[in-house]
Amino acid sequence: MMLNISQRKTVTHWATGLFAWLVALILFFPILWMIMTSFKTELQAISQPPLLFWETTFDNYILIQERSDYLKYAFNSLYTSVGGTLLALIIAVPSAYAMAFFPGKYTKDILLWMLSTKMLPAVGVLIPIYMITQMGGLLDSIYPLILIFALMNLPIIMWMLFTYFKEIPKEILEAARMDGATTRDELRHIVMPLSWGGIASAGLLSLILCWNEAFWSIQLTASDAGTLAALIASYSSPEGLFWAKVSAASTMACAPIIVFGWFCQKQLVQGLTFGAVK
Amino acid sequence: MNSQSNISTQVQHKWLNVVNLLKAPSIILLLVWMIVPLSMTVYYSFVEYNLLYPGPKLFIGLENYSYFSTDSAFFPALFNTLVLVGSVLTITVVLGLALALLVNQPFFGRGVVRVLLISPFFIMPTVNALIWKNMMMDPNYGIFSVIADFFNVVPINFLEDLPLASIILMVSWQWTPFALLIFMTSLQSQDTEQKEAAQLDGAGFWSIFRFLTLPHLARPIAIVVMIQTIFHLSLFAEIFVTTGGGPGFASTNLAWLIYRQAFLAFDVGVASAGGVFAIILANIVAFFLIRAVGKNLTE
Repeated sequence: MMLNISQRKTVTHWATGLFAWLVALILFFPILWMIMTSFKTELQAISQPPLLFWETTFDNYILIQERSDYLKYAFNSLYTSVGGTLLALIIAVPSAYAMAFFPGKYTKDILLWMLSTKMLPAVGVLIPIYMITQMGGLLDSIYPLILIFALMNLPIIMWMLFTYFKEIPKEILEAARMDGATTRDELRHIVMPLSWGGIASAGLLSLILCWNEAFWSIQLTASDAGTLAALIASYSSPEGLFWAKVSAASTMACAPIIVFGWFCQKQLVQGLTFGAVK
Repeated sequence: MNSQSNISTQVQHKWLNVVNLLKAPSIILLLVWMIVPLSMTVYYSFVEYNLLYPGPKLFIGLENYSYFSTDSAFFPALFNTLVLVGSVLTITVVLGLALALLVNQPFFGRGVVRVLLISPFFIMPTVNALIWKNMMMDPNYGIFSVIADFFNVVPINFLEDLPLASIILMVSWQWTPFALLIFMTSLQSQDTEQKEAAQLDGAGFWSIFRFLTLPHLARPIAIVVMIQTIFHLSLFAEIFVTTGGGPGFASTNLAWLIYRQAFLAFDVGVASAGGVFAIILANIVAFFLIRAVGKNLTE
């Protein structure tokens, strides 16, 4: 049977769709399975063959909160991510603004150097940072984490903001200056409104990276300032099978940032592409 | 004319101070953040310093370096670090491109598919590692063993037999969505008229991809490679949670080797020498990468 062009188009349309859905479901499966397991009992979680239908239970969630005080860790994650991101933005916005609008001879080299500091592996400086923190009596406190998170993300934030600010047409600023606008007016009425998108996306990426950061959290915190990433890492020791509880803890650790990411995906991408997408 | 330019240079001069004042904090902070720990690491790497044996820190020259580099784990760790970064980069870029081309086609429920596809990027590395270690790769109860049973094949004990590959799989699963996210966005900005014109001229899928799409994506690919290299060179959490560097040194990378020296053997001197090695490696990679990619980025 011959298909005419529009029929053939419908067929490819459906075939592409089915294939894309299949791939998406396969890649999403581990997350889905984690969420499903978190609502099972420990026995159901390891039943063979795996259960697709079961009576859901919320016991794991209640247990996790009672036993390891999920909320304390969640607030530590929240404080450190928001604190680190805000601190980084406060430092980066004026700097990136100055570099984008008044580039000097070495601006590009400075930016490349900044990015290259990100290449320094964290383990290379782990011992000094650990010792400085210890000397300051700040082990297992959220303040060094906030500072480290800010510094850790500063180069990437600088880059994102710089490329974003650079896209703002300078003619607008010149025109405003001609009309007698002061620098403050310029910042408030032109630069800021035009740059919210860039600042938001840099902030979003930084929030996600801070929330998920595991290296420094594992090394520098214990029970007081532990973040969710560190809490989850403590479940890695193989003391018997308790997948359902681990899944519940993991789901609670990831859910806020996943939902946040879904809502902000457009915003996030805008800055992530470093001006590569015009 | 003359006086006007005088004023403007004056204004410029005043401006320059303000501008430098604005630029300074980020530069100074990063400089301190880099130099203080770095010089401490370099200092420790030349002295005998073990937390278990307190005493004067004696200068011992390059002994820590020779100890670290003759450790039987040194070359495997170096090799594993490079294999890990290389494989993850290849997989994520290729898969990310393929997926981006796929979701760029019109079909039903595309929005939902996109959301599902990018989700792994938001998962915490520690959670990622736990999901795969327990529920996917467990040789008795994991999904892979269930699939193997279904086909009557002996299930693979992933973390024992293929530890490095397993970690590469986990990391690629997490970072393919990152590549996808960036490629997807840049595909949307591709000139459709140009593509249609090429189609009318009889260009097939591959030649359009090769001569129009790929050049369009050069910069996004550069970005994906750069950012990922930064993160994967010092990959830690996945190894910490799953294999602990083993079995043997099969999944030990440089970061893990240094961690082991510092926090399991308490040998600060040797670990610091390792840190210097890691920094040197990172600098070599950075040098080539920034030369290849950095130009592309600053233009």
